[in-house]
Amino acid sequence: MILYERFVLDNGLRVLVHEDHSTPMAVVNILYDVGARDENPEQTGFAHLFEHLMFGGSIHIPDYDEPLQRAGGENNAYTTNDLTNYYCQLPAQNIETAFWLESDRMMGLAFSEKSLAVQKKVVCEEFREHYINKPYGDVWHIMRDLAYTQHPYRWMTIGKELSHVENAKMDDVKHFFFKHYRPVNAILVVAGNVKVDQIKRLAEKWFGPIPMGDKYHRHLPAEPRQLAARKKEVYADVPFDAFIKTWHMDARLEKGYYVMDLASEILGGGGSSRLYQSLVKEKQLFTGVDCHHFGSIDNGLMAIEGKLVKGVSMEAASQAVNEEIEKIQASMVSEIELQKVKNKTESVIAFEDMGVMSRANSLAMYELLGDAELMNTELDRYQEITGEDVQQYCREVFREDNSNTLFYFSK
Amino acid sequence: MNRKSAPEILDAVDMQLRLPPYQLYTLDNGVPVYSIDAGAQDVLLIEWVFEAGNWYEEKNIVAATTNFMLKNGTRQKKAFGINEHFEFYGAYLNRSCYNETATITLHCLKKHVSELLPVVAELIMESIFPEEELAIYQQNQKQRLEVNLKKCDFIANRLIDEYIYGFHHPYGKYTSTLDYDQLQREELVAFYEQFYTRGKCLVFVAGKPPADMDQQLNRVFGNLPFRKDPGVEKTYLVNPATEKKYQIINDEAGVQGAIRIGRPFINRHHPDFSKAQVLNNILGGFFGSRLMSNIREDKGYTYGIHSYLQNHVHDSAWMISTEAGRDVCEATIGEVYKEMAILCREPVEPDELDLVRNYMIGSLLGDLDGPFQIIARWKSYILNNLTEDYFYQSIETVKSVSPEELQALAQQYLNPDDFYELLVI
Repeated sequence: MILYERFVLDNGLRVLVHEDHSTPMAVVNILYDVGARDENPEQTGFAHLFEHLMFGGSIHIPDYDEPLQRAGGENNAYTTNDLTNYYCQLPAQNIETAFWLESDRMMGLAFSEKSLAVQKKVVCEEFREHYINKPYGDVWHIMRDLAYTQHPYRWMTIGKELSHVENAKMDDVKHFFFKHYRPVNAILVVAGNVKVDQIKRLAEKWFGPIPMGDKYHRHLPAEPRQLAARKKEVYADVPFDAFIKTWHMDARLEKGYYVMDLASEILGGGGSSRLYQSLVKEKQLFTGVDCHHFGSIDNGLMAIEGKLVKGVSMEAASQAVNEEIEKIQASMVSEIELQKVKNKTESVIAFEDMGVMSRANSLAMYELLGDAELMNTELDRYQEITGEDVQQYCREVFREDNSNTLFYFSK
Repeated sequence: MNRKSAPEILDAVDMQLRLPPYQLYTLDNGVPVYSIDAGAQDVLLIEWVFEAGNWYEEKNIVAATTNFMLKNGTRQKKAFGINEHFEFYGAYLNRSCYNETATITLHCLKKHVSELLPVVAELIMESIFPEEELAIYQQNQKQRLEVNLKKCDFIANRLIDEYIYGFHHPYGKYTSTLDYDQLQREELVAFYEQFYTRGKCLVFVAGKPPADMDQQLNRVFGNLPFRKDPGVEKTYLVNPATEKKYQIINDEAGVQGAIRIGRPFINRHHPDFSKAQVLNNILGGFFGSRLMSNIREDKGYTYGIHSYLQNHVHDSAWMISTEAGRDVCEATIGEVYKEMAILCREPVEPDELDLVRNYMIGSLLGDLDGPFQIIARWKSYILNNLTEDYFYQSIETVKSVSPEELQALAQQYLNPDDFYELLVI
């Protein structure tokens, strides 16, 4: 049970406080309700580039990192297709330093041309390092583009292409900031060796004076129901063929999300999972196989992917995956198998909740989803799932018409 | 309210850091168990550490393969049954092979631990290394290696270690596909019997152990035939390369280069080591370091550049590592040497040094947060023959080392002629 208190400032900033007096540290986590899905299709990668610019100095403070490090703190941030999250950890006595820094960059950025020029280069190197200069690095660029026709999940957080990042202009940066980085679109979580009253006081003092801004209302194009299977073949300079297949699944809070989360564990979670046992160990078609989804807030993708053993044909690999899909659709999972993945879920949650930083992060995420209390109740949603549910949703999701297949051949 | 001036801070160097002590008990067969009981969640980490790293193998990749295949079949269970048992209880059983040691690590909920311990013992006593499992492993590892050989950073990490330690030193050697082909089941069985079943074992426990944890461990592991004497002594000579500079084209179409600049270095037992950690932080040890500030934050040549002291028990190395745009690799290398030269020429300003001291102490405070982190630090000390004095002395060094001492250290250790330099595209 994670205890917390929640209050909202007059400017709309949602604040959650989780006290843990067993640690000498405090964590300040600020989540902004903006991700790559909110980007203009001609300016992809912008939310992530923007995250870098948040460290380039704010209206009253030339450098974010230096004063935080001087206070014994560390920080980082990440951007996903759904959201942008900033977090820092420092000795609890110095928590006001984090309030000072975070509130100043919510109030306004320095909008430095130098920072923009340098961070465009840094992000392009990040793009090259992870997506161009790595074998198979473009697989998910291609797959997202194949699986989504309308919804902005069709590009990756890093962006569709380097030129989108290279072309970013200061006006775009300013516009983005005042549209998305306002108190009314943000969630502040403070956790660790702190007191609720102290945090109320600090939040009012530092964040209270920031103008509320306009609530950002998201109107994203919904992805139409897929009615026919899509397939794509690619030839690349890689040593072995790879197989990737995805299916559209429910959004984050729908029942189908929880069911398919368990189904992904049954199929691909660990050495006793069905796909690993059948495709890697028994049939020896794949050198490794994964079944996963992205935890997306909007309707996401369920994926099965793996690299083929040399000499195995793409058709044989594809056929074997289909056989496992048909199996889980045709006969109900056993009680033991279902219990196994529920036990695993329970354990994952317990381990995640160990660190105060991870707890702060989860609270922010659940608050964004609409109810921080899900942090304590979400396991129940998994426990209620039955074998019939798994079968029914696997029949619904794993339809061939709902599928996208990428044959990624070695040139 | 003046938003331009920073709130008062308590200097991290004025904070009192404490390394919570472990509880130590000994099983009937002499195996020591180091335990930290802390944390709020009912979770548990148990790690069995064996002297079974690649330091002890006669042939390449035997130690790592033996370790990997501990989960691939016993006299009673097939690989699937072993995995299913741990996964049913929501537990994670991992194994890892390092240079000196190899480990089995169990993460589980406290309530399930008694169901899991006997199977861990089974892996240590009754593994059979089935031929067909070995064949799958060989095939899949070879393919994995071939994928990795396409990556400039992977190639660079292998080669720089070879230059510094020599290919016949455990820290400098690496694996070829031929090594996988040449693996024999009998070699694994022999290594297993010598270094696991009859090997030297230490146990580390952290989290919320049940009240009878010591009895449970003693019942299951206390009568196993682990070695009581110190174990096998093996020594290797470092044989560094004579040539210092290398440029390799691994991928003609590569858009980045992996840069490694490294020199042989002392280990933790040398009195300069703690001071060098401070100097390393200033150079490239954290986000605010000089290399990051200059090469990433000022010039945008790279997504990240880091320097670090390798974590080895015996010989060590001081390493600078980055992946930079292909057309700015030369410039990046030039800037690294420039930063070294500045550290040799000019004493660090007190303001910068204060920041680094505070950052290091604050970061250490964060690193000690939680039972798994505390046991990890103790494990590192125990395996390196260090005591808690090392912890307190290192902190004292961070708090007190002077700009003059750091400059002298830079002059001694940051001489470009001592560094190996490698660029892989």
